[in-house]
Amino acid sequence: MSVLVFLDQADGQIKKASLEAACYGAKVAAQMGTAAEAIVLGAVTSNLAALGNYGISKVHTVSNTQLNHLDAQVFTQVIAEAAATSNASVVVFSNNLTGKAIAARLSARLKAGLVSGAIALPDTSNGFVVKKSVFSGKATASISVSTAIKIIALSPNAFSITTTEATAVVAELAVTIPASRVTVTGVSKVEGEVPLTEAELVISGGRGLKGPENWGLVTDLAKLIGASTACSRAVADAHWRPHHEHVGQTGLAIAPNLYFAIGISGAIQHLAGVNRSKVIVVINKDPEAPFFKAADYGIVGDAFEVMPKIIDAVRKLKSNA
Amino acid sequence: MKILVCISKTPDTTAKIAFTDNNTKFATDGVQWIINPYDEWYALVRAIELKEADASAVIHLVTVGGADADPIIRKALALGGDEAIRINADSHDSFYIASQIAAVAKEGAYDMVMTGKETIDYNGSSIGGMVAELLDLPFISLATKLGISGTQATINREIEGGEETNTVALPFVISCQKGMAEQRIPNMKGIMGARSKPLKAIEPVAIEALTQVVAFELPPAKAGVKLVPADNPEELVRLLHEEAKAF
Ligand SMILES: Cc1cc2nc3c(=O)[nH]c(=O)nc-3n(C[C@H](O)[C@H](O)[C@H](O)COP(=O)(O)OP(=O)(O)OC[C@H]3O[C@@H](n4cnc5c(N)ncnc54)[C@H](O)[C@@H]3O)c2cc1C
Ligand SMILES: Nc1ncnc2c1ncn2[C@@H]1O[C@H](COP(=O)(O)O)[C@@H](O)[C@H]1O
Repeated sequence: MSVLVFLDQADGQIKKASLEAACYGAKVAAQMGTAAEAIVLGAVTSNLAALGNYGISKVHTVSNTQLNHLDAQVFTQVIAEAAATSNASVVVFSNNLTGKAIAARLSARLKAGLVSGAIALPDTSNGFVVKKSVFSGKATASISVSTAIKIIALSPNAFSITTTEATAVVAELAVTIPASRVTVTGVSKVEGEVPLTEAELVISGGRGLKGPENWGLVTDLAKLIGASTACSRAVADAHWRPHHEHVGQTGLAIAPNLYFAIGISGAIQHLAGVNRSKVIVVINKDPEAPFFKAADYGIVGDAFEVMPKIIDAVRKLKSNA
Repeated sequence: MKILVCISKTPDTTAKIAFTDNNTKFATDGVQWIINPYDEWYALVRAIELKEADASAVIHLVTVGGADADPIIRKALALGGDEAIRINADSHDSFYIASQIAAVAKEGAYDMVMTGKETIDYNGSSIGGMVAELLDLPFISLATKLGISGTQATINREIEGGEETNTVALPFVISCQKGMAEQRIPNMKGIMGARSKPLKAIEPVAIEALTQVVAFELPPAKAGVKLVPADNPEELVRLLHEEAKAF
């Protein structure tokens, strides 16, 4: 018996969301009195033995470069073999875009019940029950999994990373890699930015900022504190900002430690993407803006007057630090 | 080309979320139901556009749900589907739903099965991948663009931190999100026409669910917003730094 964690990599580095999954998997394994193993696909440059620090005892690698590109069908077959090799009774993914593409396939392949978007450790006091976020973050559901093998896809930013010093055994797994039926003809990555779903700090702007020429109020603050930037759908639809920044019901769902919203009304569809954020700050000139009801901190005021002062204050704080 | 579009019924995006029966059931009183936005705006509308470009294309709709899903599927027919199949079952287990869809898909020998990115109520993001596995087909997740030329498709899809362009031969399963198409409003002709389009209800195949909802919970209410006066924004920065320890 073991817990197997799938670790997603980008450009040879294990993704932060996957390290969260590793720590989560290690905790699940401890609950079950077993060990957590991991599977890493494709060529990686990270020091995999260091995954021991995240609670992983053994890392299975399949370092064929064909696996540097995600093909859900191919990955599923390889992970299924790894799950059999490590006799896994629980398989953990991050519910990031990669995890979403594979976890469900694996569930169907292994007839293993899946909880996607898990936000807490399983409750094993009476069966195997995992809490997940539902209704776009407006509620949670406890899901009972009754199958021999269980699959959990963990929401990014829902479980904190803790480390202890340990070394993992790293071993190449001998598997047959099926031919891919999908050809990748192009890749475009947003350079140098933390993907929004992984960002711990997010500064976001809405239509209240009047136009793309005013986005310095968002990006200057973001740069100062190392935050990613986001926007409302209205802003993305107006092409003031790129579509990948759009958060909400029809955009990305995020759960950063800080969500700082400037000139966003806080429509229910917007909140659906950000309501799991730990601290929400709202700058809006309308005291009746619905966003204030979901906020932890706020200023009722004109962003064009307030934001330059906030940016100055943060700059001072950073230069004193 | 034969396309199967998976349509699910979800509460309107502004619906009040509450539960009954000891927090085991979603409270449907006064809830407006809609076609899951991803299924409608992206999967279905893109299928309709493909049909507009290729008159020989046929669009079938499938939903797993009770008779209360009929108005939703009629609306999808009004937008532009040709025929609809409702599998008469009420389940929230993704594997159960996917198995039902896979059975219909196998039977109909479709060139493409389209789903939305996720349902906005259960947020599984799972059905498409499961259907693909059950049919042993490639699965292109989170597609933002889809073009078809002959038996080949060119697809843009979102990956972690960017986008990828893929080519894949029909048949395959694809999950659709923003970028694929724009929302459309059904017109009078579509609504009238939908009344006479075939909507067939069939019984489900026997499948065991793999998971069950035990209970729902609403998040604890927020303590309330701490407002800082507009003439002292520095105080907000201090609070975020010292109290919230946000940066
Ligand atoms: C099915 C559906 C799905 C949707 N999905 C999404 C989604 O995923 N994400 C999303 O964001 N929206 C979504 N929407 C749209 C949503 O309902 C809102 O229309 C949208 O979020 C509004 O964007 P906004 O807050 O930027 O603009 P507005 O609603 O125009 O609000 C602008 C705000 O800025 C404030 N303001 C104006 N000037 C200033 C100033 N000088 N200083 C400070 N504040 C100022 C105003 O008081 C106002 O509150 C969806 C809608 C539907 C129907
Ligand atoms: N009951 C259902 N009937 C038909 N299609 C569904 C059903 N539930 C989900 N789907 C499809 O599967 C997609 C993903 O759903 P989910 O995995 O539940 O997030 C949806 O966008 C729909 O296209």
